[in-house]
Amino acid sequence: MAASETTSVTTSAERAQARERAAEYLLSRHRFRWPEALPWLLAIAAYFLFPDRMTFGGQVLIMVLFALSLDLILGYAGIVTLGHAAFFGIGAYTVGLLIARLGWSEPLSSLVAAALVSALIGMISGWFLLRYRGLTLLMLTLATAIMLQETGNLRSDLSGGYDGLPGLVISPLFGVFDYDLYGHTNYLYVLGVLAAVLFFVRRIVYSPFGQALTGIRENVRRMHAIGSPVHRRLVTVYTISAAIAGIAGGLFTQTNAYVTLTVFDFDVSAKVMVMLILGGTGRLYGAFVGAVVYMVLEDHLSKMSPTFWQFGIGLLLVLAVLFARRGVLGLFEDAGQYFSRKRKQL
Amino acid sequence: MTPAALEVQGLNRSFGALAVTRDVDLTLERGARHALIGPNGAGKTTLVNLITGVLKPSSGRVLLNGEDITATSQADRARRGLARTFQINQLFRGLTVLENLCMTIGERDGHCNNMWRSAGAKRAVIDEALDHLESLRLVDDALKLVRELPYGRQRLVEIAIALAQRPRVLLLDEPAAGVPSSESHLILDVMANLDPDIAILIIEHDMDVVLRFAREITVLVQGAVFTQGTPNEIMNDERVRAVYLGQEVRHGKREANHG
Repeated sequence: MAASETTSVTTSAERAQARERAAEYLLSRHRFRWPEALPWLLAIAAYFLFPDRMTFGGQVLIMVLFALSLDLILGYAGIVTLGHAAFFGIGAYTVGLLIARLGWSEPLSSLVAAALVSALIGMISGWFLLRYRGLTLLMLTLATAIMLQETGNLRSDLSGGYDGLPGLVISPLFGVFDYDLYGHTNYLYVLGVLAAVLFFVRRIVYSPFGQALTGIRENVRRMHAIGSPVHRRLVTVYTISAAIAGIAGGLFTQTNAYVTLTVFDFDVSAKVMVMLILGGTGRLYGAFVGAVVYMVLEDHLSKMSPTFWQFGIGLLLVLAVLFARRGVLGLFEDAGQYFSRKRKQL
Repeated sequence: MTPAALEVQGLNRSFGALAVTRDVDLTLERGARHALIGPNGAGKTTLVNLITGVLKPSSGRVLLNGEDITATSQADRARRGLARTFQINQLFRGLTVLENLCMTIGERDGHCNNMWRSAGAKRAVIDEALDHLESLRLVDDALKLVRELPYGRQRLVEIAIALAQRPRVLLLDEPAAGVPSSESHLILDVMANLDPDIAILIIEHDMDVVLRFAREITVLVQGAVFTQGTPNEIMNDERVRAVYLGQEVRHGKREANHG
């Protein structure tokens, strides 16, 4: 012991400083930083710059919300799923059925209903599925979405089958703001919901619970060994994620004023995962970047070439996987680090 | 009389026809310094996995402070004060050293059920994490990602996590495995200064480490307890030399650590 004490040259003052630095990092990590305002400012700017594209804008924001729900489980907890459309679809149909079968058309309360029903399905399916990982989990989540879709098909008297529920009329927001043809009200409504959900998700990922999720993602064996109730944590976050996906689905129905069983398609599950990977997983705003890039590209490419537009998306994904493993945001981070290192060297 | 910190009674486990653990009895009193040695494939790590609940035994019991924990989950045992380190590091590699410790303390005290407060809000957790790091001289590495640390330092983080669990019983699975000899003194220093109240079971190939650390030794051969005794008795036991030590000498003292 004596030998190692003499080799340690740090004084107690230096040690205290090192401690303070380390503590400061954890104490300040969750604080608001100015780049976080950027996506919101852009979203508001878009409202004024593209007044005739607000329906599309609303669709983009819905996909941001959906991708955000996936980020919570995939990016933070490391749960891989190919069936996240299940919860999007449940939410979409909850809102659709409430209007079509019960005449319940108030937008906010039906969104709450969509969240609750999706959360319930998420909790039940998660309790069974989340004992598994990897490929098994992929297949089981995929199967869940297909089963829900087929259930809808079986009860086409209720769901409208593949013709769906057309012509849904939504009541004015807060009983005042009508849904206009150009989607202006809807855009602001979706943006408001997204902001509220993001605030909620942000609290979660910076909380001790959120830390435990990253622990599960990083090393589940170690989590068991330090006494973490891993299964309970996973089911909890899966339920929350399902609720958010349900809200996104509900907004989708409200925006389009119709819903068909295609919301449960494998395509939808795959698309949201591609968006998230493009933007960057496990970093909150990856969902924003990914969904916007994907949706705008899809919009442009499909106008340029209605038959081959998916080639462009595929190419982008290949490039992202090869050169930007951590998505567009990861790329920005690397660039930032590179330049700050350069500056230090000068 | 207080119950033993850890008691293993008639533990059996087989994978198919292969019996990897056979009728193992083992007792660790409070503050024990017990070493488990044996040739490769003797079932040492399997025994640790049975004690910690990674594996379920085919028969037999595990008691922690007199309570039967055989049916409980691994996480439940950890919360009752049974901690372990892994033979191959199991760390949160993409997180900082400090976060690794805060996570452990958070799970230990149940803070991790909280979804609303920020993780940094509990200063006491951070301070305790830093205390643990300071006692292992890891404060300077607190903000480094675990994967950026040299392997020897990562081994120390592995121990720091186990200590942050405030264990009553600690299982060290080859704590110096894979550590270059230039750094192994770090680990040995730490081990020599562990809380004397904690009962410790160490699994180790390196006889230097075992003899410096252990007051009792159990020799495991083909899944069964071959013999038990003080380091002196074990070193002077001809049969042990034949099955284990002889082999060690032939393969060289610090053979590759894959057990």
